Amino acid sequence: MSLIMAKNLSKTYYSGEIEVHALKSLSFEIKPGSFMSFIGPSGSGKTTLLNIIGCLDKPTSGSLKVANVLTSDLTRREAAAFRGENLGFIFQDFNLIPVLTVFENVEYPLLIVQNVPARERRERVISLLDKVGMKDQMNKFPDQISGGQKQRVAVARALVSNPKLVLADEPTANLDSKTAFMVIDIMKKMRDEFGVTFLFSTHDPKIVGEVETLFTLEDGMLSSRLDGKGGNND
Amino acid sequence: MIKLFKIAIRNLIRYKRRTLMTSTLIAIGVLFVLVFIAASGSFKNLMIGQITDSMLGHLQVHKRGYMASIDSLPLTLNLNAKAIKKLEIAIKKIPEIEAYSPRIKFGGMFSNFVESSNIRMNGVYPEKEIACIPLFLSRINKGEKAIKKGEILIPELLATGLKVKVGDAVVVIATNRDGSVNGKQFKVGGIIESVTGPGGRDGYVHIEDAMEILRIDELEISEVAVRVKDFSKLDSVSNSLNRVLSQNLNKQGKPVFDVRTWEKLSPFYNIARMIDIMTIFIKIMLIAIVLISIMNVMIMAVYERIREIGTIAAIGTMPEKILSLFLIEGLSLGVTGVIVGNLLALIAVFLMNIIEITFNFGRQTGFILAPELKAGNILFVSAVVIIVSVLAALQPAFKASRMEPVEALRHV
Ligand SMILES: Nc1ncnc2c1ncn2[C@@H]1O[C@H](COP(=O)(O)OP(=O)(O)OP(=O)(O)O)[C@@H](O)[C@H]1O
Ligand SMILES: [Mg+2]
Repeated sequence: MSLIMAKNLSKTYYSGEIEVHALKSLSFEIKPGSFMSFIGPSGSGKTTLLNIIGCLDKPTSGSLKVANVLTSDLTRREAAAFRGENLGFIFQDFNLIPVLTVFENVEYPLLIVQNVPARERRERVISLLDKVGMKDQMNKFPDQISGGQKQRVAVARALVSNPKLVLADEPTANLDSKTAFMVIDIMKKMRDEFGVTFLFSTHDPKIVGEVETLFTLEDGMLSSRLDGKGGNND
Repeated sequence: MIKLFKIAIRNLIRYKRRTLMTSTLIAIGVLFVLVFIAASGSFKNLMIGQITDSMLGHLQVHKRGYMASIDSLPLTLNLNAKAIKKLEIAIKKIPEIEAYSPRIKFGGMFSNFVESSNIRMNGVYPEKEIACIPLFLSRINKGEKAIKKGEILIPELLATGLKVKVGDAVVVIATNRDGSVNGKQFKVGGIIESVTGPGGRDGYVHIEDAMEILRIDELEISEVAVRVKDFSKLDSVSNSLNRVLSQNLNKQGKPVFDVRTWEKLSPFYNIARMIDIMTIFIKIMLIAIVLISIMNVMIMAVYERIREIGTIAAIGTMPEKILSLFLIEGLSLGVTGVIVGNLLALIAVFLMNIIEITFNFGRQTGFILAPELKAGNILFVSAVVIIVSVLAALQPAFKASRMEPVEALRHV
């Protein structure tokens, strides 16, 4: 059974008279537990696609099922609830909340979004911070830690609510290569441990080298699918 | 909710200077309004007290029609003995009335045997007048502080104009109701100052002396001044007196008596009202200050944090939580301003009472302003400011909660 099932997914942006066909009738399936990425030149539609899969945006036409929910039909509120329950996000600029400590940032989805009781919250946050190697920094604020550390915290935040799918748009673009490898490595470990699906969009050859499945986007169309090393989940 | 408070407060602390400036502005506004209310209230009460306690009384009863022609002090519109009896019965029925003082008023000539001038005469029962107008005696600035038979208290204006001193013999001449003229000699018992400024022409004699000049045997009264026990209940006392008296109708079927509170007797009511109107304007200004400053800060806060809003929206924060987050920020700003403002106002009012600010009113000098902050005023102003703070944050907060996460995240 597929985690993601896209059928004839299209997205057209209208800016005044000009129409931009960012996605042109994409159809694909992704299995649970995948560690995969979309690549493609700038403007090929990677971000657009990730936003649609992440229920942040809606396709102009076509249908999308994520975790058996027809997400292309959700209302704004339903989409927000769905994201809170099922999805995790990792951003290029880390996007930690500056007024919250490392601990509180990771706690946020459990506290504000899911309402998990305090004890369980604490256990889950600390165990995840431990796994990403940020436990001893948990009382620091985001502006007191490095970019790589921020992204590790962001990984913990994306995973803390036990999502089925984590979406990461260029998560390593602002990291040096050593740190990038470390973050990729952590994500892969998390996938192995929790079976969470990771979906990237990237230019970064380091990610390309590490993922197991690679979709190439070109001008809004899927031009190829590669099952790379491991290739065991197709 | 508590968790949202934590985030909101930390965001306020994050923009320290802005938060400080806004809450200071609100605090100063609250301070200003409360001190104004306290000081103007004190001034107003003193002023009303002066007017009612040294001249008017809290309310007055006349025969209907008297007030319309009060300038000529018409004897024909006096209340007769029968009416006075009815009025006294009515007054005694109302326990909230502390004292009342019947007065005969008439116009006359005042002469020192060399020169003469016109005078407005008031014949009063000394004890009743003093009970009803407790500051009356304090207005006598020369001579013995009393109203005695055979003596007259003359206004300053005549004392200086006609060069009359305490102890001098003077004569008062008046035309009585049937047109004949009569005079009576008095000893000047004292000089009385007017409350409202120089130029008062009111002289006072004992009511029996007044009756003698006017050659009336049976008591007639021009007006009755009434003092109530609790000034704040004046309107209700006035209403009940009116109710009792309105049963008395004349031959034309119109009420005989005309009951008026001080407000309808003195032009100073307009000053009191002006103070009230000014207070309202100042409150509106405060509301405007709070509204504009908080709205401004919150619009900035939302604008600066678009990406953060995008982030928390993306990870599943419901719109109403985002709304609450910003409303709480506005609320906290307002509450901080209110608390600081209230404290400052209490300190300011306390200091004003220690310093004893004096002012003059009319001829009276050296009144001490005694501003008083009433809990009701503090609560009202605080509630208004807090409600306005939340309302001011509403539009920016709503905007934040309606943001599309994709667009917010793309924002640089
Ligand atoms: N909000 C928008 N309005 C109009 N056009 C848009 C919008 N967002 C994206 N596009 C257009 O859609 C196309 C795909 O954009 P998208 O951001 O998905 O590309 P991308 O593959 O993520 O590129 P990059 O590698 O530079 O991030 C581009 O032509 C872009 O100009
Ligand atoms: Mg992109």
